[in-house]
Amino acid sequence: MKGDRLVIFLFLAPAFLISAIFLYYPFFENIVQSFYNTDGFFNSKFIGWDNYKRLFEDEIAIGATLNSLELMLYVAVFQVGIALVLAVMVDSIKHGVRFFRTTFFFPIVISGAAIGLLFTLIYNHRNGLLNEILVRLGFDRVLWLTEQSSLYMVAIPTIWSYVGFYFLIILTAIEKIPDDYYEAANLEGITGFQRMTKLTIPLIVSDLKTCLVLAITGALKIFELVYIITRGGPARSSEVLGTYMYQKAFNDGAIGYGATLAVLMVVIGLSLAFLTNKLLGNKDEVTY
Amino acid sequence: MRTEVNRLTFWEKFQGRFFSKSKYGKLFIYTILIIWSISTIFPLVWVFLNSFKPSREIITDTFKLPTDPTLQNYINAFDTIDIGRSYLNSFIMSGSVVFFVLFFGGLAAFVMARLSFRLRGALQTILVMSLLIPAFATIVPVYRMMIDLELVNTHLALIIPQTAGNLPFAILVISGYMATIPKELEEASLMDGCSRWKMFTKVFLPVSLPIFGTVGTFVFLWSYNDLFTSLVLVEQEHVRPIVVLLSHVSSQYGTDYGLMTAAIAMTVVPVIIFYLFAQKTIEKGATSGAVKG
Repeated sequence: MKGDRLVIFLFLAPAFLISAIFLYYPFFENIVQSFYNTDGFFNSKFIGWDNYKRLFEDEIAIGATLNSLELMLYVAVFQVGIALVLAVMVDSIKHGVRFFRTTFFFPIVISGAAIGLLFTLIYNHRNGLLNEILVRLGFDRVLWLTEQSSLYMVAIPTIWSYVGFYFLIILTAIEKIPDDYYEAANLEGITGFQRMTKLTIPLIVSDLKTCLVLAITGALKIFELVYIITRGGPARSSEVLGTYMYQKAFNDGAIGYGATLAVLMVVIGLSLAFLTNKLLGNKDEVTY
Repeated sequence: MRTEVNRLTFWEKFQGRFFSKSKYGKLFIYTILIIWSISTIFPLVWVFLNSFKPSREIITDTFKLPTDPTLQNYINAFDTIDIGRSYLNSFIMSGSVVFFVLFFGGLAAFVMARLSFRLRGALQTILVMSLLIPAFATIVPVYRMMIDLELVNTHLALIIPQTAGNLPFAILVISGYMATIPKELEEASLMDGCSRWKMFTKVFLPVSLPIFGTVGTFVFLWSYNDLFTSLVLVEQEHVRPIVVLLSHVSSQYGTDYGLMTAAIAMTVVPVIIFYLFAQKTIEKGATSGAVKG
């Protein structure tokens, strides 16, 4: 059509201009920043690889990386695992499907900040939900957030709040399986649990892979729950890359080093997503 | 196939007999499902009920229904931490993000889906790759740009980067939908002498409204719940959105249980009501927005 070139340009320009200036440019500028020593706003000095050397000597950064990876493991295993079990169960029942879908999914729409605050109240020593239940049952109060337990204590709400998301993806995949498959299986005498292991799971394997990749990359972006529930403490025992990056760049004013930590997060995220895809032999696009 | 079936493991036979085929199996399944739904509902009900009690009663009788319901905690939330203002900030900022994302994203999606041009493939690849950029990886330069533009702690400081961050997702999802619209519609409007702009506003926009709704809802929730970017760019009292206020409450008023429960209830209840109304739309948006960075 006449004048299409102009239309193409005018329609695309605003969106791509905004993304270019405030998404793509900052992404590359962040990599540049990671080679500078920037304290505060005015002193910026090129220091080559020094930030990266600092990274490998920084015990807190190493600890935060390990914590992030540990959380990632829990998230991948339990979020997707629990979601799979719940989805298979909901698929096998006749009544209440709508109800379970609604109640399992709704923690997703609640902000991490609110869930964090909620779990602060649940873990609270003096009158938290858990300790009140214990006291009612005749036990002593427990200090829930200790150096040993804090990472598990942030893993629980993280898993709990996002199970519904994977539950929905898996349930949708299961519901898409045509009925004739099941009828054929019935004729062969395959029912119940067998049907699940021999038919359902093999058919949704690609969706499970998608879930795993999402859970793994998502785990690196964990921030809100840790920030609100423990602030990375006690004694850095629950520090993760997100909270440490925030602290370095915006509380300690080590902006260049913060940028380096962000680069580390991207590198870990991309390589693990790539690795998961390779290991699981996933030929599908990660995107829907 | 038959031999396969006969070679069941013990575990599978066990499962078959005691779970899937028997009445007890169904009972077991329902028990597990109900336990998980209680785990999602109960904490919120607990918070909601406690928000109507004075702080002291929350400590002493945390499981009882409020004997003498009071709105004091909610009054405190408006007086001491000005939650009303944060609400307004959240709606101004997230509302603007939704508007700009849908407007600019819709235009771009129309071109990406319905017109052919040389750079199309390259742009598509760029869009897919930008889904992998997390907020952490852009925040430092964005923060410095906002300082240079003197926008830090104004609404625009959050609106602009969140719009940029959501556009690729919106363009991909909307153009995916628009690509499925039959060509006849396009041709009919061409016959009527429509310009491309008219074709967009009169044909493609109305037909694609459901997907605009889905994307809009999801972008809104994503923006409304984004604590990290908000903490960096709009932290001051007069511009802070509701999530920043919550994190402030957790650090400053950690012992005022009444205030905490009221703040949680006020953040969560509107979203839940909204969710119950727009459930289908949100669920669709969440699964299609799965890969958002």
